[in-house]
Amino acid sequence: MLIDLPISELSEKLRSKTVTSVDIISECYDQIEAHESKLNSFITLVDRETAIAKAKAIDETIATHASPLAGIPYVMKDAYLTRGVRTTAASKILDSFIPPYSATVHRKLEEAGAILIGKMNMDAWGHGASTENTDYGPTKNPWDQERSAGGSGGGPAAAIAARFCSFGIGEDTGGSIRNPAAWNNISAMKVTYGRVSRYGAIAYASSLDTMGPTAKTAQDCAYVLETIAGVDPYDATSSPKPVPPYTKEIGASSKGKKIALPSEFFGDALDPEIKAAIMEAREVFESAGAEVTEVSLPLLEYGVPVYYILAPSETSSNLSRYDGVRYGGKRSLFTKENKRRIMTGTYALSSGYYDAYYKKAQKVRSLFISEYTKLLSQYDAILSPVTPIMPSKFGELLDDPMKNMMADLYTVTVNIVGLPSLSLPCGFGKTNLPIGMQLVGNMFSESTLFALGHTYQQKTDWHTRQPTLVSSK
Amino acid sequence: MNYEPVIGLEIHVELKTKSGMFCGCPADHFGKTPNTGTCPVCLGLPGALPIPNKKAVEWTIMLGLALGSTVSEVSKFDRKHYFYPDLPKGYQISQYDQPLCRGGKIETSQGTVRIHRVHLEEDTGKLQHAMVDGKKVTLVDFNRSGVPLVEIVTEADIHSADQAKEFLKKLHQIVRYLGISDADMEKGSMRLEPNISIRKVGETALPPYKVEVKNINSFRFAAMAIEYEIKRHATILESGSIPAQETRGWDEAKNATVSQRSKEEAADYRYFPEPDIPPLRFTRGYIEGIRQSMPLLPDERKQKIVKEFGLNEQQATVLIDDERKLNLFESTVLSNAVVSAGISGATVANWIINKVADYGVATTQQVAADIVESQKITVIDESELQNVLATVISSNDKAVADYKKGKQQSLMFLMGQVKRQIPKGNTQQILDALKAALDTQ
Amino acid sequence: MTGSTDTSSNMTKSDPLTTNDIDKIARLANLPLNEAQARELTEQVGVTVSYVSELQTLATDNVTETSQVTGMENVLREDEIDTTRMFSQEEALSNAKRTHNGFFVVDRVLEEK
Repeated sequence: MLIDLPISELSEKLRSKTVTSVDIISECYDQIEAHESKLNSFITLVDRETAIAKAKAIDETIATHASPLAGIPYVMKDAYLTRGVRTTAASKILDSFIPPYSATVHRKLEEAGAILIGKMNMDAWGHGASTENTDYGPTKNPWDQERSAGGSGGGPAAAIAARFCSFGIGEDTGGSIRNPAAWNNISAMKVTYGRVSRYGAIAYASSLDTMGPTAKTAQDCAYVLETIAGVDPYDATSSPKPVPPYTKEIGASSKGKKIALPSEFFGDALDPEIKAAIMEAREVFESAGAEVTEVSLPLLEYGVPVYYILAPSETSSNLSRYDGVRYGGKRSLFTKENKRRIMTGTYALSSGYYDAYYKKAQKVRSLFISEYTKLLSQYDAILSPVTPIMPSKFGELLDDPMKNMMADLYTVTVNIVGLPSLSLPCGFGKTNLPIGMQLVGNMFSESTLFALGHTYQQKTDWHTRQPTLVSSK
Repeated sequence: MNYEPVIGLEIHVELKTKSGMFCGCPADHFGKTPNTGTCPVCLGLPGALPIPNKKAVEWTIMLGLALGSTVSEVSKFDRKHYFYPDLPKGYQISQYDQPLCRGGKIETSQGTVRIHRVHLEEDTGKLQHAMVDGKKVTLVDFNRSGVPLVEIVTEADIHSADQAKEFLKKLHQIVRYLGISDADMEKGSMRLEPNISIRKVGETALPPYKVEVKNINSFRFAAMAIEYEIKRHATILESGSIPAQETRGWDEAKNATVSQRSKEEAADYRYFPEPDIPPLRFTRGYIEGIRQSMPLLPDERKQKIVKEFGLNEQQATVLIDDERKLNLFESTVLSNAVVSAGISGATVANWIINKVADYGVATTQQVAADIVESQKITVIDESELQNVLATVISSNDKAVADYKKGKQQSLMFLMGQVKRQIPKGNTQQILDALKAALDTQ
Repeated sequence: MTGSTDTSSNMTKSDPLTTNDIDKIARLANLPLNEAQARELTEQVGVTVSYVSELQTLATDNVTETSQVTGMENVLREDEIDTTRMFSQEEALSNAKRTHNGFFVVDRVLEEK
């Protein structure tokens, strides 16, 4: 399949006219027609004619496009405003919302000539880790349709695993891009806070939200990030730091790189299959010349409490604008999980409780920053699992707030600090379910993480494995 | 029983920046077609993010400096949450515990009124009530949403309606002189909210209640509302009750305040630091730069015109009260025409105060010309004067004879006859020549 | 709102929430809840709240809060009009359920704010 090819190769073929964008898009739509009904990854599918027309236009002008993403099909989590294309955040509140403007990330990709084929399923407003908390039906895992595709960005991840598109744009507040990547056997970069503009992305928790790429490989993610990263005059928290040439720097050697392995991530909560896979990955890095050292990150257990104060507080504020006056429907349409988080956050910010909850969490956040900063001053990356559990069966996480929260145990601390984290496939369990690992680096060290990830993916083939669904008819 | 009013004021002033507080939409919203000046930010669309307006921050600091406030070295924006249809995001971006400026004061004839704080926030949309399809509805226009708004809060240092009025006039003047707002109350670009309570004379603790009055669009109404509340509270206290803690509105038609909303459940705004806007930090140099660029304040300009142009207190006060008069005075008194004619500042001031009808249209050039004209002393050509005198004397035999008999009135009559023919003549010159001519008859 | 008879809303941070608390929070959050929802949320929010209270065990006496991780300051824009983002009246109203003569429409709000 064309769509199996890396972006770099597809782009070359488009330029040499050995392949057309129409060919690629057609293949994607065929694949979608064959398998989407089993997965439910889309909320809004751009119609085939529109996408093909765009592809034709790109084919005709391919020589004039500087971007390697020209003519390449992509999907976006339905949390990004796309002018003229319905955007729902997977909530009935926005069921008929047609944005009158586009997110900066969408604008940049359109300018690059990439072709949007759909808006993808997710937990409504980003609230969840299983894409079950959606008003559009759960997204099923392409590796086992009895199981969740992870969340909150289950839709884009499942679509990439099912070869519906070349890459996706996710959004990560507490693990929403990494967790589905791990459960679908794909790669994803949770970027440094401020690396990519948040303008036009529906806010979940503003101080934690990050916009990033998800694709089959670290290298594909690097191509996408190179395009979407950078300062935005419409986002005061976007960083003016120059965007490194990630795809050029990705070949850097891993020799002598120092990787930390914090013991707290390998406690009782961790599924033994996942633990085994991470230990194997450790050996792969060591064989590439990296030095892996066991360390301690004692604060880890406080990550979930901090996250479950900050994120609900900020979301209770961010979701206040949905009053049905200017757009959207009534507030009674929020899901149970939405209401839980709004209520928790409202409580944590309310008079008399602010200091004990919100302010306290912001203080512990400072402790996390110093603990991570200290660790990352001695190491290039921290290696850890993405999730403590294998892809969950439907219903397992939905109605149990504790279980739901613990699914985020390994991912949330990264958001609290703002660090980048690359999630990569690193093995399979006995029942052929995928396992993911993450490499966490210093602020703005995406390039280092991409290089480590690329090294790993050259030495392993986990990322090339496809669910049987892909080739089935 | 003798009561003492305890009054604090909250004043909102819309800044006249070009663009909005957090977006590039025009800040000038007055009289515009509804919902034609909006963007994702001020309409509160999903995904929109605020970027603060540099000028609005600078002007707020400038106002603080003018009031003698301390400018915070570190400041930030916070979200203030409540639901109302004119508030698009369900929160207002405001400032909570780190306002741009704290402290300061304005002196009034009845004592110092301390400023508690000066902070910056965004305005809301505008509501109006209507009937649509037989249903009572409220219409919402978001053109005003996101316009920069400065809030000035005083300490409860005001003890009479007159003092409140004096304070407000002074504040209004300062804002106008800084050029940061039209502060036009009828257009709502300056809004006043007194907090009123009263206590027995001699008590020092704050009363256990306060009443906030809204919908006031003139200083006069502010004073009337305060007077009204003071009487109302006294009656209630005399009857042994305590006035309800509530918000009332000023009803112009009734000349009374009316209850609007009782605060049975205290508002809980759930403030927290706005995560979308990095904090603000100001160096001493930056603040000094703003101080240097500050125009002169009313009191400073008053001293200046008294000292430099020799005006008396009364003239200076009249000019200072209306900046248009003051500006016209300053430009006119320094104009080439006035300076070269050697006309005094007092003369210019009197002319501007008494003779200029419309300060909106009067130009310096025109006013200067009028003043010079009025003061003009023309030296008449001697032979022309002698001709006129000869004509007048020869055609007014009776008056000339009366003069010779010692009737001074006749001299004035003859003088008038001459002046009729030479209106711009120097009176002294004509009088001297007339006397000489009569004496030689 | 719920027909709860629970009158105690005085609680310390580790106490479970009461339906009265939930009613009050629901009013602040502008979330309409029926009795069953309120009951369920009382329990579930209570679980979350007591779980996150674990943070109280950490000493943070001399720690300052972090609201933002970027370390940036003074990100401001010049006072300029940006017409590129402005909506026509039609665009501004395009997603509203109720409009009238260029205005958004809501049920009459009785009180002045």
